[in-house]
Amino acid sequence: MNNRKAELKKQALAARDKQALYGPDMELGGYGMGNGEDKRLKNLSDIPSRLKEASLLAGFQAGEEQRSGSYLQQGENVLYDRVKDIYRNQIEVMQIEEALKKYEWLWDYWWKTVAVDTDKYTAWTELHHRGGYFMRIKRGQKVKMPIQACLLMSENAASQRVHNIVIAEEGSRAEIITGCSTSPKVDEGVHLGVSEFYIHKNAELSFTMVHNWGAAFHVRPRTGIVVDEGGSFISNYILLRPLESLQTNPRAVLRGRGARVRFNSIIHGREHSLIDIGSVIDLQAEESRGESVSRAAVSDEAIVTMRGLLRADTDKTRGHLSCSGLLLSRDAVVDALPQLSVSGAPGADLAHEAAIGPVDEESVQYLMSRGLEREEAESAIIQGFMKVGIEGLPEVLDQLVKNLGRQITESGRG
Amino acid sequence: MLELQNVNVIAEGKPILTDISFKIPDGETHILMGPNGSGKTTLLHAIMGTGNIEIKSGQIIFEGEDITALPTHERARRGIGVAAQRPPVIQELTLATLVDLVKKAGNGAKNVDELVQTMNCGYLMDRRFNVNFSGGEVKRAEFLQLLVQDPKLALIDEPESGVDLDNIAVIGRALHRLLKQEKVLDRHKSGLIITHTGYILEYLNADRGYVLIDGHIACSGNPRDLFEEVEIHGYEGCEQCIRCQ
Ligand SMILES: Nc1ncnc2c1ncn2[C@@H]1O[C@H](COP(=O)(O)OP(=O)(O)OP(=O)(O)O)[C@@H](O)[C@H]1O
Ligand SMILES: [Mg+2]
Repeated sequence: MNNRKAELKKQALAARDKQALYGPDMELGGYGMGNGEDKRLKNLSDIPSRLKEASLLAGFQAGEEQRSGSYLQQGENVLYDRVKDIYRNQIEVMQIEEALKKYEWLWDYWWKTVAVDTDKYTAWTELHHRGGYFMRIKRGQKVKMPIQACLLMSENAASQRVHNIVIAEEGSRAEIITGCSTSPKVDEGVHLGVSEFYIHKNAELSFTMVHNWGAAFHVRPRTGIVVDEGGSFISNYILLRPLESLQTNPRAVLRGRGARVRFNSIIHGREHSLIDIGSVIDLQAEESRGESVSRAAVSDEAIVTMRGLLRADTDKTRGHLSCSGLLLSRDAVVDALPQLSVSGAPGADLAHEAAIGPVDEESVQYLMSRGLEREEAESAIIQGFMKVGIEGLPEVLDQLVKNLGRQITESGRG
Repeated sequence: MLELQNVNVIAEGKPILTDISFKIPDGETHILMGPNGSGKTTLLHAIMGTGNIEIKSGQIIFEGEDITALPTHERARRGIGVAAQRPPVIQELTLATLVDLVKKAGNGAKNVDELVQTMNCGYLMDRRFNVNFSGGEVKRAEFLQLLVQDPKLALIDEPESGVDLDNIAVIGRALHRLLKQEKVLDRHKSGLIITHTGYILEYLNADRGYVLIDGHIACSGNPRDLFEEVEIHGYEGCEQCIRCQ
């Protein structure tokens, strides 16, 4: 074990300056590393009001009414990690460092879906990580209430470096709602987050992530997912507020027969945001199936790149990729880059579609002829656009998307 | 209800409608016919304020108010509604969402469920609007929205095209209801209906008809007489018709 730890450190050091494959490069050295002191909250309701507001924006319930377990981290400090009593036999939620101490076997899940030397962001996370959550849904447990997690930033010009591991054991079913958010006055910062998901045989996990960063934030999530036989993973990602740059390209490996994955992304690119978001799905087992749906409304001078790669090396696999961009300003830049790849699998069936365009004027006029004002008509279409092809959004997200259509038209389309 | 005075319309620099004048009194339903490309749909666009066209001159008066330059939604709110010949596909909205928006934009019709049933649209409500709708479904969805809107003046573009006989009956009844034609003495709802076939005349009392040829009104009169003439002599015959000379 110590050998492996040393080896990981060595690889991380070697990759400390390695540029990422996509997205703008950035200097990590200038951001604060924090004092590393944990000040736990006794009750989640003791959360300071400015943090509470920020967490609410990311779908976090400080009251925990509809949640089975919660994890809250501010900057480097883990404020809260707890499972409600009645769910103790079903799930575990705790700070990753503690989990690694508690379970020696967890090292077998550490850096197994994401390579530590992928780029400087994974390397920095390994070298300087503080916090992140460990979630475990126990064998056969169908968890009624979602587990929630929130990562907050409330200091300016700081960096957050977390490593999360989620294990859905055989036959389990759960929903996770996570949010990342900043306090109102925090504009600048860096968020690095490595997340590893293990979906074991016949387990089902739905993972929803809402991002609300400050206008000068750089965000580099690094995510890996493996799905075993009959397992299913759904990821819903939503980004609504402007930021400096976001680049992420999660990869799912479907390694068991009948495994499924679906990525849904809903993005509003605003102001000067530079967003590069994609997904990679490796279909490595028969009857496995992958889908990726991205919807980006792009205003102001935002630049959004949507990527997608479906890769099949096994027969009887199916995949579908869909990227759509809605142009809301003259200066918006949108790239859609769907990619399909098959090798040695003559029975693989992959497809993609991509479309970029403005709000359709004929549709707007049609709605106006039914009595809607122009703004109302546009808002309804934008709202609908975000959800085309995305079924079963959790309620929090549904509400956010509803507000979004309104927000876009009210703030002017730039 | 509606009056057009010497309306001239151009599209992409080309004249489409010339010197159109007519009047639809309260409670009357008028019929517009004419060959393909004569400008019938464009005329409805001019009245509704939609389409990529420009009104060069003339006035459109609705209930005494000049609406020639009024935004489309204001015209709708004053009581004009359209059932389009070829409505757009709006994949962003389900029919249910659309109907809900129409209801909220208007007076909040209370009997939406009943109207959905009447128009046999129940199974379409969760479908994305007009995505893979059949010809009859497209028309029924138009009339459903129009019934929810319940306009004072209904502009209806080829209600029977692409519709089988059973569905023509459904749409005919909707028209009848829309124009409140069950009331004989106290009719206030008006209509302007474009039709090529005249089938729809079985379902309503039309007071007057116009033949539009090449962007101008070539003939007007009793709609049934006009249909008979056109059936015998065609629209070419219409140009030479003695009645109009
Ligand atoms: N926006 C536009 N730009 C250019 N031409 C147009 C435009 N709108 C209509 N036209 C032309 O004007 C003419 C009249 O079109 P319109 O759709 O009004 O005909 P119509 O009488 O409704 O025909 P149909 O019976 O086939 O429905 C056609 O030649 C059409 O191509
Ligand atoms: Mg027409």
